[in-house]
Amino acid sequence: MGTNFGVDLTSLLQWNQFTVDLVAFVLKFAILAGGLLQIPPVMVWVERRVPALMQRRRGPNRVGIFKWRLYGLLQSLADTIKLIFKEEVVPDGAHKIFYHLAPVFCVFPAFLIACAIPYGPDLKIFDYTIPLSVVRVDVGFLFIFAISSLAVYGVSLAGWASNNKYSLLGSLRASAQMISYEIPLGMSLLPIVLIYGTLDLGKIVEAQSSFFKWGAFTAPASLLLFVICMFAETNRAPFDLAEGESELVAGFHTEYNSAKFAAFFLGEYVSMFVLSALASTVFFGGWQVPFVPYESLVAMLGSPNIAAIAGVLMLLLKSTFFMWLYIWVRWTLPRFRYDQLMSLGWKFMLPIGLANVVGTAVVLAVLRFK
Amino acid sequence: MNPYIPVIVVLIFGVVLGCILSGLAYFFGPKRYVKEKMDPYECGVPKVTGAAEKMSVKFYLTAILFILFDIETVFLYLWARSFDQLGWLGLVEVAVFVMILVIGYIYIVRRGALEWD
Repeated sequence: MGTNFGVDLTSLLQWNQFTVDLVAFVLKFAILAGGLLQIPPVMVWVERRVPALMQRRRGPNRVGIFKWRLYGLLQSLADTIKLIFKEEVVPDGAHKIFYHLAPVFCVFPAFLIACAIPYGPDLKIFDYTIPLSVVRVDVGFLFIFAISSLAVYGVSLAGWASNNKYSLLGSLRASAQMISYEIPLGMSLLPIVLIYGTLDLGKIVEAQSSFFKWGAFTAPASLLLFVICMFAETNRAPFDLAEGESELVAGFHTEYNSAKFAAFFLGEYVSMFVLSALASTVFFGGWQVPFVPYESLVAMLGSPNIAAIAGVLMLLLKSTFFMWLYIWVRWTLPRFRYDQLMSLGWKFMLPIGLANVVGTAVVLAVLRFK
Repeated sequence: MNPYIPVIVVLIFGVVLGCILSGLAYFFGPKRYVKEKMDPYECGVPKVTGAAEKMSVKFYLTAILFILFDIETVFLYLWARSFDQLGWLGLVEVAVFVMILVIGYIYIVRRGALEWD
């Protein structure tokens, strides 16, 4: 028996749990990564068309193939190609290593978190069950918080390494804002852990089997806090102080151009999607179809695999709503002032989050421990 | 399979993807060095002062407070996970813990650590 790293090498040549897991991991990850890379181009287009719609303008509608304009959908493709072939201007006096490293730190945390989200119920192929999350971590919440904190490094390194005072100010603001809102974000999800008794995202979704067991109904205050933190964590309007154009130019990525600029956008949009998917998972039943429990869904569609596909589509639909909410809010609410932003986070959200945790715990204790 | 092996694979992929994106323009873009072009952006005028100006001490204070409160949140997660097993005892202990936290919080609010002007 030749064993290597605890893996029996001869067993790799036949189908067993390990090889199935391996192949499933590669396929799931390829599909997920491919899908995530499509988000920024589509979202950039949506984000230019939707405000145009709201402000009764046209928005980008020219770029297409020959005579088919496709509502300007290919504008993002054209922009991407342009960004790649642009000259990269690195300002004199920039810290060379950190300047090039910062976009990397903006990209990979979002991809890591996206892998931990359960996208659907288990696939059942022959005798093997394949969970539809790329990485099944049983401490899902802690994993997500640990990784999402890393995104702050990208922002602060970008600003510090650029040798530009706008970048530095923007990155200081952005990182202070991100870490400030991480605390209410963590507290907003505590009642969910209390109610469902697990840190595993997959189990939380399974526990939300009927419509009124959804997190939005069992922990409404958490939902409110989470949605506010969602906007603050991604530095989106109305909390986009980091890039208040009128005062800070573009904030921490003022000195970034060409493909690195695109990398920041990729990181931003993927993390928007990840937070949307997380909100749907935790508060809106994830892949659960409203009013249809999983067993009836399987019975209705005839096979657990079709039910899994339906679940994935359901989760994507719910996430799409939050992505839309991001854009909707951006063009509805004015930007906060910095002191208002910080006092909202520290003086309003933090006490409410704490009270929410304690209140939920007391109610649950009275209900559960007789 | 250990669930953290895929995590490492995904991590490596993410870093490589970031590096590729970051480096694309370096390979494809033109490179023409002009001294003025490489100046840090300053609304079109020569730069007056460097980037490393004095900055508000509030940012450091925020960072310190973040570390304190974030660790409290992580503690609470462990309790929340085993809420049913710990029962009333756990709840009372956490109530004492949160009370100490609130006393600290009231202190920093009263000292004006959260005021931005």
